[in-house]
Amino acid sequence: MVVNAAAVSEPTAETADAVLDRWQRDPLALVQILRETQAATYWLPRSLLVHIAAALGLTVAHVEGVAGFYRFFHTSPVGCVRLLFSDNITDRMLGSEALLAQLCARLGVAPGEVDAQGRFSVDRCSCTGLCDQGPALLVNHHQVVTRLDGARVDALADCLLAGTPVEEWPDEWFRVVDGVQRADLLLTGLAADASSLPAVLARSPQALLDEVAQSGLRGRGGAGFPTERKWQACRDAPGPLRCVVCNADEGEPGTFKDRVLLASHADSVFDGMTVAARAVGAQQGFVYLRGEYRFLLPQLEQVLARRRVAGLLGRNAAGIAGFDFDIAIHLGAGAYVCGEESALIESLEGKRGTPRIRPPFPVQAGYLGRPTVVNNVETFCAVAHIARRGGAWWAGIGTAQSTGTKIHSVSGDCARPGLYEYPLGTTIAQILDECGAPQAQAVQVGGPSGACIPASEFGRAIAFEDVPSAGAFMVFDRSRDLFEVARHFARFFAHESCGLCTPCRVGTELVVRRLDKLAHARGAGHASAFDIERLHDLDTVLHSGTHCGLGASACNPLRDTMRHFGAAYAQRSTAAQFQPDIDLDAELSSARRVTRRTDAGAHLHTDTPT
Amino acid sequence: MNAPPIPEAPRKLRVATVSLGGCFGCHMSLLDIDERLLELIEKVDFDRSPLTDIKTVGECDVGLIEGGLCNAENVEVLRAFRAHCRVLVAVGACAITGGLPALRNHLDVGDMLQSVYGEVPDDPELPLPLNRVLPIHEVVHIDHALPGCPPPADAFWQLLQDLIAGRTPVQAPGLIRYD
Repeated sequence: MVVNAAAVSEPTAETADAVLDRWQRDPLALVQILRETQAATYWLPRSLLVHIAAALGLTVAHVEGVAGFYRFFHTSPVGCVRLLFSDNITDRMLGSEALLAQLCARLGVAPGEVDAQGRFSVDRCSCTGLCDQGPALLVNHHQVVTRLDGARVDALADCLLAGTPVEEWPDEWFRVVDGVQRADLLLTGLAADASSLPAVLARSPQALLDEVAQSGLRGRGGAGFPTERKWQACRDAPGPLRCVVCNADEGEPGTFKDRVLLASHADSVFDGMTVAARAVGAQQGFVYLRGEYRFLLPQLEQVLARRRVAGLLGRNAAGIAGFDFDIAIHLGAGAYVCGEESALIESLEGKRGTPRIRPPFPVQAGYLGRPTVVNNVETFCAVAHIARRGGAWWAGIGTAQSTGTKIHSVSGDCARPGLYEYPLGTTIAQILDECGAPQAQAVQVGGPSGACIPASEFGRAIAFEDVPSAGAFMVFDRSRDLFEVARHFARFFAHESCGLCTPCRVGTELVVRRLDKLAHARGAGHASAFDIERLHDLDTVLHSGTHCGLGASACNPLRDTMRHFGAAYAQRSTAAQFQPDIDLDAELSSARRVTRRTDAGAHLHTDTPT
Repeated sequence: MNAPPIPEAPRKLRVATVSLGGCFGCHMSLLDIDERLLELIEKVDFDRSPLTDIKTVGECDVGLIEGGLCNAENVEVLRAFRAHCRVLVAVGACAITGGLPALRNHLDVGDMLQSVYGEVPDDPELPLPLNRVLPIHEVVHIDHALPGCPPPADAFWQLLQDLIAGRTPVQAPGLIRYD
């Protein structure tokens, strides 16, 4: 490739050098450096990667490996304006595919392609966390356009074809609303008065830990690990330096509560992080913000700056002698797996987001080997409240095993999508009732890696002891085909597999192909009970044989829908016996061409003879 | 006093084997069960197989398939095996994944034929190669797989013992080899 052979151009090198200097040529900031450089250069030619590698003292292989890992880094040319359509199932239910086709037709490009003049490229990306105001798309990995419809797409095409700069597009397009439909204590934000923080932090670390222990708070990222036990383990781990990381990589499709907490309750989140730092004895804090939420960065940086001025961060933070703590924001670059805490830490260290082998757990050896607490945005928010109002108060809300409230990101087939905060232990039926979903046949609770709950189980409660949730609540009414929902999620996991372990990398792809076979009956073949059997086998392999939780949960939608909506699979697998998924006659096309044979032996039928 | 009835000899298992797009290495490995072959033929009759030189497959209990699908004839033979064998086993890396012959899959087979032969023969006797070498499970239902290149002799022995005894074959971990 010519581009690769060329030396990096003068202006490009200057751009990269400015970014490198801003990050003090720190190899740990590689992901940030690539992201900021690409924001100016649109894509990352190999010559640029070579330049950055040399500047950071890293091997080119390492830098290329990182650039190639993240979906938002481009190692081949892209358009000056990059549009990525959010491709969650809820976007599709709102018609995103037709809108994508409409835009592509207007622009004369195919999805995944760059316009001949290099003006724009259009593609899909995983859920952008705007399910209640979708279909949405991402512009230049920086801004989001919400509430797409035919008219907006037409106007968008006009702007793109006229070369109107993004800054001059109508403000209305970029409007993102909180969409709070039911607020309880977290979303009302009563605790967000930063001035009371010093009094809270003046208590001993042990007193803070005791308070969190008493609250019974469990992590809101989905796994529900007791927060106090995580913190205590970090505090007890040997080493002089500790870290607190806020996991704001809200990548689970259908989840958007953290976006709202960060947009409107950032002080609570930072309060919680500061309390955690005080409790475990940490000096360094990170917010790992998903790349899709880049639009939140300026206001978050502003809040941090304000807190530094107020003395809540930095040396002797909150006026406590010897408590030095500050928070930096790192951005992700479009990798779902980085929501897994050890992959997130790898990414913070400027590497590919490959999950680590555990143990050691991050609380023992996390960022740079230091004991590290990683908690969800909502967990830190809860901590801000608990630290002020007491563990006993929090423990009095919810159920005995699942204390406090939980925010649900409600989307899909309902009259009033948005955020709903309830005490844990609230039934699915009640949430459906309040969001206006009388026709629901299923709810995907906790996102694709969570559980698909059929109507017969709507009486169940969202709580760690019944149906745990990481916060997504996608509603499917009776018009929806749950097989297609599962197939969509299967594509998502295949797309997001980090590729490290074979069961996940290959297994997720095999699931997609098998489901495609059921959906299309490619060639002359069609699916049989054998194909269903293979899907069960794949579920077993992925559930038990993968390196991390992504692979282990990749078949959850498949398993749940096969169990609860078996008819959707049965009607697609009616062949009496195994049939191939390949057009065998077409497989002889090349040989037929060069032999010019037309005899019977030059053809194959595809159906297995019965 | 009546003599006790002479027990009827148990019916022998009828086994067919074939190498499609393979190198016969798997068959060689089967022969490596050495003197146990004598024990085996007490319990097994071989139908179509390189060992018998029988050219068509009859009704069988077990079919062992070595090699992937390289051409139209391979497909027809595999289908005949599927139609006649109660249990079909994919034996070795090529049958299971396409193996070494599948390395050609990223090249156009027609172009290759032309560059090697110039004038490509159009004799109907010659089976046409497939665009891609395929693993056999893509075309017919396979009941069991014996991984390895080749699978060790003991793996063949274990598989046949299990099938003779009417058990579902289970590979001992030490016998599962991928190289």
